[in-house]
Amino acid sequence: MFQVRIHGRGGQGVVSAAEMLSVAAFLEKKFAQAFPSFGSERMGAPVTAFCRISDKEIRLREPILEPTAVIIQDRSIIEFSDAFQGVINGGFVLINSPVDVQNDLKNVTVKCIDATGIALEHIGRPIPNAILLGSFAALTRNIGIDSVIEAIKAKFAGPVAEKNIAAARIAYDKTVEEIQCGTS
Amino acid sequence: MRYQLEGSQAIAKAVALCRPKVVCAYPITPQTHVVEGIGEVVRSGELSDCKFINVESEMAALSVAIGSQATGVRSYTATSSQGLLYMMEAVYNASGLELPIVMTLGNRAIGSPINIWNDHSDAMAGRDSGWIMLFAETNQEALDLHIQAFKIAEKIGLPVMVCVDGFILTHAYEPVDIPSQKEVDAFLPSYVPTVSLDIHKPLAIGTMVSPEYFMEVRYLAHQKQIDALQVICCIGEEFKKQFGRNSGGLLSEYKTEDAEVIVVTLGSIAGTIKDVIDDLNSRGKKFGVISIVSYRPFPADALKDSLKRAKMVIVVEKAFAVGIGGILSHEIELIMKDTEVEVFSIIAGLGGRSITKPMLQEYFLRKKYEKATFLGLKKKIIADKYEVRSCSNQEGSV
Repeated sequence: MFQVRIHGRGGQGVVSAAEMLSVAAFLEKKFAQAFPSFGSERMGAPVTAFCRISDKEIRLREPILEPTAVIIQDRSIIEFSDAFQGVINGGFVLINSPVDVQNDLKNVTVKCIDATGIALEHIGRPIPNAILLGSFAALTRNIGIDSVIEAIKAKFAGPVAEKNIAAARIAYDKTVEEIQCGTS
Repeated sequence: MRYQLEGSQAIAKAVALCRPKVVCAYPITPQTHVVEGIGEVVRSGELSDCKFINVESEMAALSVAIGSQATGVRSYTATSSQGLLYMMEAVYNASGLELPIVMTLGNRAIGSPINIWNDHSDAMAGRDSGWIMLFAETNQEALDLHIQAFKIAEKIGLPVMVCVDGFILTHAYEPVDIPSQKEVDAFLPSYVPTVSLDIHKPLAIGTMVSPEYFMEVRYLAHQKQIDALQVICCIGEEFKKQFGRNSGGLLSEYKTEDAEVIVVTLGSIAGTIKDVIDDLNSRGKKFGVISIVSYRPFPADALKDSLKRAKMVIVVEKAFAVGIGGILSHEIELIMKDTEVEVFSIIAGLGGRSITKPMLQEYFLRKKYEKATFLGLKKKIIADKYEVRSCSNQEGSV
């Protein structure tokens, strides 16, 4: 089972990211379960959402304690929460950040991408979720970029969808390129 | 067709496929997305000939549903937690009037202290109200049970509450198979009321019943619930035959055939428990799980038949009666009292506290169980609280 935990703040589309990821997996004929950790449904408050992806039916209902991958939509979360907690050996951490983020993770692939920068340039609003999913597809190879794009189309319509798709593709290409060059 | 959908949206689709003529909506977390979803299909015209009524309170939501159902049209509403308490007078009226209303209960804790997260305190507050109460384990079951609920309600002439774990199911995206309108129409015929209010043929319902007859009315209400057991089974079978899914009936059993320990529960936590016992059974243990689908009427005979084969029963319950303890476990103790089977209770997940695999596994592997255990209780907080209390006692009263 591939387990993803997404950290961010209210208004950044954290729950939508988990939903889109689950839809992308569903489109690839996998079983997927996405759910939020609600409580503070307000702009700016820390929000966590989860997504499980499996070849078998998913029955488990606990929050994800040992994620295969963590997506950090807002790096200010790292300072006051244990956002990296439980990441498994060989797992991934994807951080929305224009600069490298200090961490003491071992046997975990850590990747930073300036998703907010890409969002402002291509979407016109600082909503990094779809962009991070594009990068996630390249980083983990757990989900195809085409499925991510289909999931974005299922969630949004018209120009919003188009802009998010374009931005997610840019993030995907950039991440593929950087991985090939061996830079973080 | 299969979709990846939020639980609330799946329920909204199911309700719309049942063609209610009146939907009364009042928002309360975590049920809100359900009525929002139905509002959307009414607005878009996907569900035609339906009045979507925004009311001013939960009391009004169910009262309006009672009024519309009494005039002979299929009516639906949804609520959670304090909302159910606020409409409780109408809850008893709906069952007393034998009106086949269907209501979704997005299960949530009850305050005070205020808490928006999941447990079963709200459902337990309605357990003696005379409603049929069905619990869903997955969003597919939630969807399927709503379709069955209208049929059960109308067949037996009682309201049905479909209990769905707040957030854990209502806000979870999972794959669900949504039947076509044609399939649902073939399963659920149009509602034909037995009695309905009509200004051209005046009659009164819900008139006062004196002490000479009231006991008989309550006895008959009880008998009607007992009769509903058979109806719930039959409609579950019928559903299975048409849709190929075993999502109704009284109980859902998993690996109970040769189980020495059977875990009994309600709702979505059965999924996590199944994962835990699969691990344990692969290490030579013999555990099984029963999730109760029909909590009211209580399937005492069916449950006893399955449980008496085991040595031990562990009840995992997300609610408890302050001053006595577990609720479901007491009911099960009562039906098992003339057997050798021991019944233990775990109170877990109150107010949305996570119930994890390691927590359950640790408990199930204990050498000895206590009669009742609060799973994952933070003992330090309790000890500190007692310390504060005893310190203040030493100071004496001012």
